[in-house]
Amino acid sequence: MMRVHFWGTRGSLPVALTADGVREKLQAALRAARGRPLDTEADVQRLIASLPFATQGTYGGHTSCVQIETGGFDHFVCDMGSGLRPFGQAAMQQHGGAAQTFHIFLSHLHWDHIMGLPFFVPAFVPGNRVMVYGCHDGFEAALRRQQEEPSFPVDFSIFNARLEFVRLAPGQRHEIGGVGVTPMLQRHGGDSYGYRFESQGKSVVYSTDSEHPLDQPQHTARFVEFFRDADLVIFDAMYSLADAVSIKADWGHSSNIVGVELCQMAGAKRLCLFHHEPVFDDAAIEAVLAETRRLEEITRGARPLQVSAAYDGLEIGL
Amino acid sequence: MEIATRRFANAIVARLVGRIDHATSAEVETALAPLVAEAGAAHGCLVLDFSALDYISSVGLRVLMVAAKQLRERQAQLLVTALQPVVAEIFAISRFNRILSVTARLDEALALCSPEALAACRDEVDPSGGPR
Repeated sequence: MMRVHFWGTRGSLPVALTADGVREKLQAALRAARGRPLDTEADVQRLIASLPFATQGTYGGHTSCVQIETGGFDHFVCDMGSGLRPFGQAAMQQHGGAAQTFHIFLSHLHWDHIMGLPFFVPAFVPGNRVMVYGCHDGFEAALRRQQEEPSFPVDFSIFNARLEFVRLAPGQRHEIGGVGVTPMLQRHGGDSYGYRFESQGKSVVYSTDSEHPLDQPQHTARFVEFFRDADLVIFDAMYSLADAVSIKADWGHSSNIVGVELCQMAGAKRLCLFHHEPVFDDAAIEAVLAETRRLEEITRGARPLQVSAAYDGLEIGL
Repeated sequence: MEIATRRFANAIVARLVGRIDHATSAEVETALAPLVAEAGAAHGCLVLDFSALDYISSVGLRVLMVAAKQLRERQAQLLVTALQPVVAEIFAISRFNRILSVTARLDEALALCSPEALAACRDEVDPSGGPR
């Protein structure tokens, strides 16, 4: 059994729901409530459940951090965006003072993927073990530099947990804590790496900050193989295809359309749109999700591809 | 992939039949290259008639984007017309309807190209007055 918990899903930089945004949701909810019974708590809950997600909730604003639960005691985490902070707090609440081991896999070293480390509470706790894995040369130095003056007031000496840094070779399967982990080189400024996690017959691919050139069939074939029969593909769908191949070409990101196509070619079971454009509000992301589901429907092959959009707090059981 | 061409004044109309996907996009790109060169040299238009196109994938959309860019650089233009409903949906979802000139009918595309192109097409009309 695998369970994926999304703690940070936004691309590039954290965003927050504004007062205007909350007011718009309230207005939409109150309009939807007109003429409906609201006398009991059950009535209220029924109304809330009937509202679109963009009205009753929010996709959230933390940057990339995804937890993959494999049924064991160790924690598996992708990236250390600002979502690492709520993840760390939850891990402390769940396990209290018991020593814990964290396996954290870095896609790359851009700020939005590492900014959570200085606020990762388990790293301050003696007895904990934080194993950070990456494929970039010198990734430990990049993390240390983030916490040097004048960028941050305290350096790594503040951490009381045991921190270790392990460089992985891309294209090879590594056995880590009972889980098979295969990194894959991706196209992004300064390179990025996707990870395929395999445990107990289930597979999850984490592939963010990854551009897919459409004029290179060998590139496409490589990713189709990487995504092959995956139970879940977490996919960078930051831009529309039109933007990704025109004004934002070479910006290192991809689109919902390419996500659907690669997953369909690979026979993946589920696609989760990830690394949302920070200028998109909840309604915009919800519209992209609806369009992506429609695209899957009109292009469906032998078996359907389930499509969802990640939000901070989403859990997907596999 | 089948491509049939007609010429109306400074417009080349290419009618594509079938699908543009990973299997056919290279063939389409190769077939369009001389048409792009011809329309570009004439500072005219290349009109892609999609009335018989069943599907286009991301690689096919990229071929269109490249052709449009090449034509723009030569003061010529790419127009896409008569999209089937599924292809129209793909254009909308990909936002290609925002970066390419798309018309519902062939005569509308030719009118955007030049009055001469539209008139040349109408010279070939059937008795009912619509473009063939």
